[in-house]
Amino acid sequence: MPRINSPAELEELRKGILSKRDPKKPCIAVCTGTGCLALGAARVVAAFKEEFKKKALGTKVDLVNIRETGCPGFCERGPLVVIYPEEICYLRVKPADAEEIVSQTVLAKKIIDRLLYVDPLTGEKSVHESEIPFYKNQMRHLIGNNIKIDPKSIDDYLAVGGYSALAKALGQMTPEHVVELVKDSNLRGRGGAGFPAGKKWEFARKSPGNPKYVVVNADEGDPGAFMDRAVLEGNPFSVLEGLTIGAYAIGSHEGYFYVRQEYPLAVENVTLAIQQAEEYGFLGKNILGSGFDFTVRVHRGAGAFVCGEETSLLMSLEGKPGEPRARPPYPAVKGLREKPTNINNVETWANVPLIVNNGAEFLTSIGTKGSKGTKIFSLVGKVNNTGLVEVPMGITLRDIIYKVGGGIPGGKRFKAVQSGGPSGGCIPEQYLDIKVDFDELKKVGAIMGSGGMIVMDEDTCMVDVARYFLNFLTGESCGKCSPCREGIRQMLKILTRICEGKGEEGDIELLEELGETTRDASLCALGGTAPNPVLNTIRYFRDEYEAHIKEKRCPAFVCKHLIAYHIDPGKCQACMTCLRKCPAQAITGGKKQIHVIDQDKCTKCGTCFEVCPSKFDAVERLSGVPVPPPVPEDARRIVRESKGKKR
Amino acid sequence: MDNDKIDKIIDKYPSDPSSLIQILLDIQHEHRWLPDETLKRVSEKLNVPLSRIQHIITFYKAFSVVPKGRHEIHVCTGTACHVRGAPRLLSAIQDLTGIKPGETDQDLKFSLETVNCVGCCALGPVMVVDEEYHGNMAPAESEEVLRKYE
Repeated sequence: MPRINSPAELEELRKGILSKRDPKKPCIAVCTGTGCLALGAARVVAAFKEEFKKKALGTKVDLVNIRETGCPGFCERGPLVVIYPEEICYLRVKPADAEEIVSQTVLAKKIIDRLLYVDPLTGEKSVHESEIPFYKNQMRHLIGNNIKIDPKSIDDYLAVGGYSALAKALGQMTPEHVVELVKDSNLRGRGGAGFPAGKKWEFARKSPGNPKYVVVNADEGDPGAFMDRAVLEGNPFSVLEGLTIGAYAIGSHEGYFYVRQEYPLAVENVTLAIQQAEEYGFLGKNILGSGFDFTVRVHRGAGAFVCGEETSLLMSLEGKPGEPRARPPYPAVKGLREKPTNINNVETWANVPLIVNNGAEFLTSIGTKGSKGTKIFSLVGKVNNTGLVEVPMGITLRDIIYKVGGGIPGGKRFKAVQSGGPSGGCIPEQYLDIKVDFDELKKVGAIMGSGGMIVMDEDTCMVDVARYFLNFLTGESCGKCSPCREGIRQMLKILTRICEGKGEEGDIELLEELGETTRDASLCALGGTAPNPVLNTIRYFRDEYEAHIKEKRCPAFVCKHLIAYHIDPGKCQACMTCLRKCPAQAITGGKKQIHVIDQDKCTKCGTCFEVCPSKFDAVERLSGVPVPPPVPEDARRIVRESKGKKR
Repeated sequence: MDNDKIDKIIDKYPSDPSSLIQILLDIQHEHRWLPDETLKRVSEKLNVPLSRIQHIITFYKAFSVVPKGRHEIHVCTGTACHVRGAPRLLSAIQDLTGIKPGETDQDLKFSLETVNCVGCCALGPVMVVDEEYHGNMAPAESEEVLRKYE
C-alpha cells in the first residue's frame, strides 16, 4: 500500500480504485455478520466459491466477484445475499441454492422467485432491497453501506467515499471549526444519556493537561442490543474516521477502542481496520500531510457490564477492576491516567464523518426539536422482522414495530416495548404513538438508551421482566456502593418472592420505596437507573403485580410456581405425543387412554403445551385456579365408534 | 501452560500494568483457565502484586480459575431470548447435564455458562456450544444437540 501524503493524493488513490472497478460486473454480496453466520452464511460463501470453480469462472476470474459483508440488518431472514449490479435481494439462502443463483441470476440474468421477499400480508414479492417494507421505512445513513463494503477492505470504504471527511477536516478546517460544526449539528451521544457531543468535545479541548485521550465506547452490554457490534463488524472504518476527526478537534494524539471480548469478529475487524489505515497513513505521523499525529489501540473488555459506564471503562483501560468513581470531575477534565479524555459511543463517532462531509444541516434537517439525525435500534423479541433498523428520530413506536417490524407474530396481542435495556422501561400500548426521541421516551418512564428495543406480547409477564433485569443487574453491580449493591439485591428478593407466589400485601409499596432510594443514592448510572424496570412496570402494569400477590395468579402464564399444565379430558385424543416428549415422564396414559399429568412430577417445562397437535388443543395452562382432579381410571378409556374395546 | 508460552503472550504487549487484562484474556483464551503458577509468572513479569491479579480475575467474568470441560455450552439469557423462552431452555440443559451455570461436570465433558447476549436475537432462544450456534432451540431439542458431543 502506498502512503498517502495529502488530500490530493487521497483523491488520486480513490480514482485509481474506482477505475479498476467495473460497476456493471456482477458481484455476489453475502452478509457474514454474526447473525447470518449463525444461520450458516459461511457455508453459503463456500458453496458460491465452489460453484465459481465448477463453472470454470476461475479461468475468467474477473467475471464475477464475491463479497463478504457486515450486517445489513434483516437478521430474521438470513443468510442474506444481494446480487449486483441489479441489486437483487435473496433471503434465507442455503448452500444448495448457490448453483442456481450463479447459473440463473448471475449468468442468465433471471430472477429466482422462491428466494425473494414475500410480503406476509399482501403476498407481493420484492426483487430489490429498497422495495421490502422492512427497509423501505428506514433511513439508513450509518448502516446503509454495510452491504456495499467488505469490512476487511479499506479500498471498499474508499470506493464509497471513505476518508473524504478526514481530508476535509484536516485540510480545510481548524480544530475549533470542527468542534463548532459538531455543536451546530446538535449531535447527542448515542450511548444512552444523550449528552450533546459537541459540548463534550469543547470541554475536553479546553481542559488543561497533556496528553489528551479519545475513546470509543464499544462495551455494548445491554442484553438484546447489538447495534454497535453491527457497525463495528460491518463498517469499522466509519467509526475510526470519526474518531480521528474527533482527536484532531480535541487535540488528542492517542485513542482507544474499548470493545467487549464477547464480540470477537468486531475486535478482529477493528484491529484490521487500524492496521490498514496505518499503512495508508490515515493514522500515525503527519496524517495527510497536515502535521497531525494520531495512533489508536484496541482494548478488549473482559466481561463486566458496568464498564460501559465511562469512569469504570477508564479504570478498566488502565488495567484495573472496572469500578466507577463519582463525577465530577468528568473525564473531560480528569479521565484516563488523570488526563482530559473524551469518550463517545460507537454510533456517535460514526455520525461524525457524515456531519463533516455534508454540513450540520444534514443532521438538523432530520428528527425532532431536541433530537437530530437517525438512530439505530435492535428490534427484537416478539416481532416478525427481528433485526437492526435505522430510523429518523421522531418516528413513532407504532411505525417501528408495525411498519418496519411487521407486527407481532402468531396473531398475538402487543403488550409493551422495552426500550433502553436494564436502565430503561416498558412502554405500554397507549403510548405507541409517541415520537421516539431522547426527551419523549423519558416522559413515559423509559429511555432511548443505546438502542435496544424488545417487543413483548401477551405471553410476557411484566413482573418476570422486572425480576429478569434486576437479576441481571445484581450480577453486574460492582458492589462498591451499598445503595446499588444492597438495594438491587433486596428488590430482587422481593420480586422473586412475588414470582414464586409468596408475595405479601405491602410488597409493591416496599419496592417503590427501595427503588427510589437506590435511584437517588447510588454512585453511578448503573445503580441510579437500576430501579427503572421495577418502578416503570409498577407504574403501567400494577394489575399484574396485584394478580401475583393477591390471587397468586400469573396472567401471562410465565411464573412457574403459579401455573400448572392440565390435559382437558374432553379434548385429549390419546395420541401419545405429549406423553413421549415429556422430559420428566410426568404424563401417564396409553393408546385410547386419556393422558393425565402427574402434577407432582411435572417440571412445568411447557413441552406438552407446545407439542399437543393444534387440532386437539388439549393441553391447557392454569393459573390462580386449582387443578381439576385427574379423571377416574374407569373414565379414561376413549371409545371410538365400534372399535371401543376395553384394554 | 509453560513459561515460554506465557512470556510470548506478555511480550506482545507494552510492559506495564495497564496491559494486565489484555494478557490475562489471551492466556484464558489459549489455556481456557488460569492456574496459580501462570498467575505467579504474570505477576513477576509485569511487576503487579498477585492480590491485584486476584481482584481482576474475580471481578471480570471472562476469567476462570478452575479447569473447563471439553465443550463449553453458553446459553444466551439476553432479553430477547428471555422473552422467547430461554429460562425453560436453560433448565432443560441443567437437567440434561446435571450442572448449573458456572459449573463443569465431573468427567470434564461440559461446562455450562449463561451469557447476556450473543447478538443473534433473531434466532432466540440461542445456545452456543463451543463456537457453534444453535438457534430457535426448543427445550426438548437440546438433548439431541448435546448428544452429538463426546
